[in-house]
Amino acid sequence: MAAPKRSDDLRAEATAARLAAVTVPTGGFTGAARAAARARLEAMGLPGRRDEYWRYTDPTALNAAEAPEAAVFTAEESPIFGAVDRITLVFSDGVFDAAASDDPSLAGVEIARLAEAGRADIHWAKDLYGVLEARGQEPVARPHAALNTAAAADGILIRVTGKAAKPVHLVYRHASVQSDAILHHCLRIEPGAELTLLESGPAAARFNKVLEVDVAAGGRFHHIRAQGRDHERRAITHIFARVGEGALFKSFTMTANGRMTRNECVIEIAGNDAVAHVAGAALGDGASGAFHHDDTVFVTHAAERCESRQVFKKVLKNGATGVFQGKILVKPGAQKTDGYQISQSLLLDEDSQFLAKPELEIYADDVKCSHGSTTGAIDETALFYLRSRGVPREDATSLLILSFLADAIAEIEDDRLAEEIVSRLEAWLARRKV
Amino acid sequence: MLEIRNLQVKLQDEDKQILKGVDLTVEPGKVHAIMGPNGSGKSTLSYVLSGRDGYEVTGGSAHLDGADLLEMEPEDRAAAGLFLAFQYPVEIPGVGNMTFLRTALNAQRKARGEPEVSAGDFLKLVREKAKTLKIDAEMLKRPVNVGFSGGEKKRNEILQMAILEPTMCILDETDSGLDVDAMRLVADGVNALRSEGRGFLVITHYQRLLDHIRPDVVHIMADGRIIKTGGPDLALEVEKNGYADILAEAL
Repeated sequence: MAAPKRSDDLRAEATAARLAAVTVPTGGFTGAARAAARARLEAMGLPGRRDEYWRYTDPTALNAAEAPEAAVFTAEESPIFGAVDRITLVFSDGVFDAAASDDPSLAGVEIARLAEAGRADIHWAKDLYGVLEARGQEPVARPHAALNTAAAADGILIRVTGKAAKPVHLVYRHASVQSDAILHHCLRIEPGAELTLLESGPAAARFNKVLEVDVAAGGRFHHIRAQGRDHERRAITHIFARVGEGALFKSFTMTANGRMTRNECVIEIAGNDAVAHVAGAALGDGASGAFHHDDTVFVTHAAERCESRQVFKKVLKNGATGVFQGKILVKPGAQKTDGYQISQSLLLDEDSQFLAKPELEIYADDVKCSHGSTTGAIDETALFYLRSRGVPREDATSLLILSFLADAIAEIEDDRLAEEIVSRLEAWLARRKV
Repeated sequence: MLEIRNLQVKLQDEDKQILKGVDLTVEPGKVHAIMGPNGSGKSTLSYVLSGRDGYEVTGGSAHLDGADLLEMEPEDRAAAGLFLAFQYPVEIPGVGNMTFLRTALNAQRKARGEPEVSAGDFLKLVREKAKTLKIDAEMLKRPVNVGFSGGEKKRNEILQMAILEPTMCILDETDSGLDVDAMRLVADGVNALRSEGRGFLVITHYQRLLDHIRPDVVHIMADGRIIKTGGPDLALEVEKNGYADILAEAL
C-alpha cells in the first residue's frame, strides 16, 4: 500500500500541473523576470486553505490547471465610462483587439503592448516588470502573482512623463466560456506626472491580472475599476504599488457580481509625505449565482509623514460572502504616519456573511493608526424616516445602500467618474429591487 | 380630516399597553395641540399614525380623509397627505439633502398619479421655501441632517413640510432642543403653512411653543388617554399649575 501523500507533495503537483497548462514566453527584457517568478512559484507552491491568508477564500478554482467554465453575460446597458473622453484599449478573453482599440497616442504618455515591446532586450519597464511583484512576496506569499509574472501573455506598458489630458481605459471583454486570461501591466508615473487609469469588464472565464505601478516623486495616479458583471466569472487580481516622495496613489474598485473575486493590493509607501488610498465597493446577490468577494490589502509605511487609507464596503444578500484582510505595517522610522482602515458590510439577510481580519503592525512610536470593522443591517430608523417622507421601501433601501457605500465612492476624486460609478450602482440596485 | 376613534396600541415585543383608547378629531384648517407628562403616549400616537414598526394596534381606528391609515404603508400615508416632523430627525450620510427632497416629492407625486417635478422647477421651489426658513444653499448641498445643529435639523423638517405640502401635519416635540430664536423661526415656518385645508397636530411638553403657534384646541394626554380638552387657555393653565391638578381631576 502506498504511503499517503504529504500536503507539500500535493501542492507541488498542483503547481506543476498549473505551470504545465500555461505557455511561458521566453527571451526579451522580461525573460529573466519570468524565470525568476517561475522559480518563486515553484518554491512557494500554489495556495491552500491552510495558508494564513487563504482561510476565508477557497483557491481551488484559481489553482486548477484548466479554467472552470463561465457563461458569457450580455448586458443591455451602455459600456461604463462611455461618456468620458478617453483612450480605450480592448482585450477580448485576454487577447488584444487592435481593431476595437483607440490609437494610443497621448501627449506625455507612452503606451506599448507587453507582447510586442517584451521582445526587446532593453526597455524602461525592465526595472518594473516582476520587480514590485517580487518585493510584494514578503512577508506574505502571493503565488498567483508570481504565476502571472511568469506566464502573462500580454499587458500594457505605460510610462507617463506629463499630465495626461485624458484617462487610459483598459476594457476587458469576455467572449468564450472557457477563456483563461493572464495579463500583466506596468505603469510608471515619472516625477510630477499624472494619469488616471480606468479598467472595466469581466475579461475571461478566469482572469489573473497584475498591475505594477511605480509613482515617482510628486506623481499622481488615479485608478478606477469596475469589475465585470458576469455571474460566473472568476478573478484574482493584484496591484503592486510603490509610492514616492510627495506622490499620490488612489485606487477605487467597484465589484458587482462574479462568482469569485480576490483583489489583492500591496502598497509600499517609500517616499516621505506620500499619500495612498485604496477603496472598494462590492455588491453581491447569491440569488443570481454564488458570490464570493475578497479584498486583501497590505500597506507598508516605510517613510515619514505619509497617509494611507483603506475604505472597503460590501453589500451582501442571499448567501453572498465578503472577505476583508487588511494590514497596515509601519516600519521603524516611519514617524508621523497617519494610517486608517475601515471595512464594513451591510448584510441584507441572515444568510450572507462577512469575514474580516484587520491587522496593524507598528514599529514607530510617533504614529496615528486606526482601524475598524463593522457588520450590520439596514438602519430601520433611517428606513422609516425615508418612507415617512413618501419614498417607497425599495427605493429607500437603495438610498440607504448608496449612503452606506458613500465613503468608498468619495475616494474617487473626479466627479464625472464618481457619477458613472453611482449610476451603475443605482442600476444594479434597481434591477435587484432589494 | 384626521379621525381617531378609541385607538389602543401596545408595544409589539412587550406586553405593555401604551395607548388605551384615544379619541381625537382634527378638522381642516385647525391646529390641535397635545400636551402631557413624559410617558403619556404622545410620541407613540405620532409614530402609530405615521406607520412606524414596533407597535401593535389592539383596537380602534384612525382615518385620514376617510382612508384607513392603519392599513397603509408609511409611504402611502405620506402620499395621502400625512407628515410627521420628527423629534429626532435622522442623519443620512452620503445622500444629499436636495436628492432626498426631490426623491420624496416625486415619489409622492408618482403615487398620486401626478407628473414629476423637473430639476429646474424643483430648484426654484426649494430656493423659495428655504429662504423663508433661513436655510442656505450650503445646508441644502450637505447630506441629510449630517453635521446639522439641533435648530438646523428642525428647520430642515419644516422645509420638507413646506415642499411636500401635506394636508395633515404632526409635529412631535419640534421645540425640543431649540433656543428661543430657533423656535421662532420654526414657528414662523409652521404658521406660514397654516391654511384652510391643512390640519396640524402639535405635540409638546411646554406651552412655550404654543405662544408662537397658536392652537385652536388643546388636549391633555395622560396614561394613554386624552383626559381633558379645551381652548388655548388650557395650555396656560398647565404652564401655571403643572399637570397635577388636571390629573387629579381626571381620576
